[in-house]
Amino acid sequence: MRQDHLISAAQLSRTDVEAVLDRAADIDADREAWRRRHAGTVLGLCFFEPSTRTRMSFDTAMKRLGGRTVDMGPVDSTSVKKGESLADTVRVVEGYADAIVLRHPLEGAAKMASEFVDVPVINAGDGAGQHPTQTLLDLYTIRENAGLDDLTIGIMGDLKYGRTVHSLAEALTNFDARQHFISPESLQLPRSVRYDLHAAGAQVREHTALDEVLSELDVLYVTRIQRERFPDENEYRKVAGQYQIDADDLSVAKDSLTVMHPLPRVDEIAPDVDDTRHAKYFEQAHNAVPVRMALLDMLIGGDD
Amino acid sequence: MGEKELRVSKIRDGTVIDHLTAGQALNVLAILGIDGSGGESVSIGMNIPSDRLARKDIVKVEGRELSQSEVDVLSVISPEATINIVREYEVVDKKRVERPEEVTGVVSCPNRNCITNADEPVASRFEVLSDGLRCGYCGEIVREDEVATNLDVN
Repeated sequence: MRQDHLISAAQLSRTDVEAVLDRAADIDADREAWRRRHAGTVLGLCFFEPSTRTRMSFDTAMKRLGGRTVDMGPVDSTSVKKGESLADTVRVVEGYADAIVLRHPLEGAAKMASEFVDVPVINAGDGAGQHPTQTLLDLYTIRENAGLDDLTIGIMGDLKYGRTVHSLAEALTNFDARQHFISPESLQLPRSVRYDLHAAGAQVREHTALDEVLSELDVLYVTRIQRERFPDENEYRKVAGQYQIDADDLSVAKDSLTVMHPLPRVDEIAPDVDDTRHAKYFEQAHNAVPVRMALLDMLIGGDD
Repeated sequence: MGEKELRVSKIRDGTVIDHLTAGQALNVLAILGIDGSGGESVSIGMNIPSDRLARKDIVKVEGRELSQSEVDVLSVISPEATINIVREYEVVDKKRVERPEEVTGVVSCPNRNCITNADEPVASRFEVLSDGLRCGYCGEIVREDEVATNLDVN
């Protein structure tokens, strides 16, 4: 992969994706061999929005490669609160770090940041836009469990604002995947993602109920429907309740169904699913480390 | 069209934007940031019979030439437009607009959560699609018929 930055899943070809996943598999097979690979490298963590998993797994990934991280800390305690622009912040951090991981509440933030610095910028989530590194670990998990070709996947929940959904749907167009989107009508895919899927000639179906497709699925990717997307509590409860699953619901699914979730979950996957063979969301979360190690290794250099 | 039929008066120095898609004249003024307060002398013709287009609009602005960004956006809302530069009542340059690959500025991203609408040192930038624009930052799509309502008129 010769990319300067990772901003959007749409920039990744099948070859790029496979290169990252193959390297992640190599790392997973022998982590010891990678321990000093990037000794001396410093990764800048700029999170303008709260994050637990993404921040911690990037931190872990860099350290397991022998490098270190510098973290700007919560926005409350930084110069951002004093009114500094993002463009200025990243230009300062560029002087401290060999690459920048950026999470920001506004769409397009990572793209803009990448235009102001020479070090690689990795988009760790921009508003309701993209989250391409989550997609890489999602694809790694899908490849391990179901395979990426001849795949039937259902993606359920908040498809409108869910950045993990946008990136995953776009990346899957590189593979032989039939994509089913299951959501309330008010949270269907945004126009920009539809445009990309259409342009890529993707096989896409939309549904308002999971039972229309559950029995066909190899993978069910569940996302959280957030309270703040609805005008009132009643409406939220009524709608969100239709997109929750428990072990009983999965009785009609294929034995081999893989259930995934980018986490954190609230109540969209009942705890009784955790004990079924379908549950892969914790494995998915663990895959964040080797996949982000692979990505850092390839973006930061030392790679030909 | 003969002199007798001229519905819009000649200008001495400035720009005549002709063959505009009927109904776009006021949007063109918006692109140019003209609302009358600047004192420019402006003539507008709307829904004028035309050989090339069944009906066309025309805008004449005294003492003003168009920037490339303005021409780029104009081409999106009115691809058949022609731009005539007039000096001393004579047309000294005449060109048709060309659809650019991207437009910068002039249009603002309708996604209010887009970084280009925040207080950052960056201008809006759109890729030109066959039937609209796409924000180069957040990816938001602006259909051709929505461009006029998203002009960045200050």
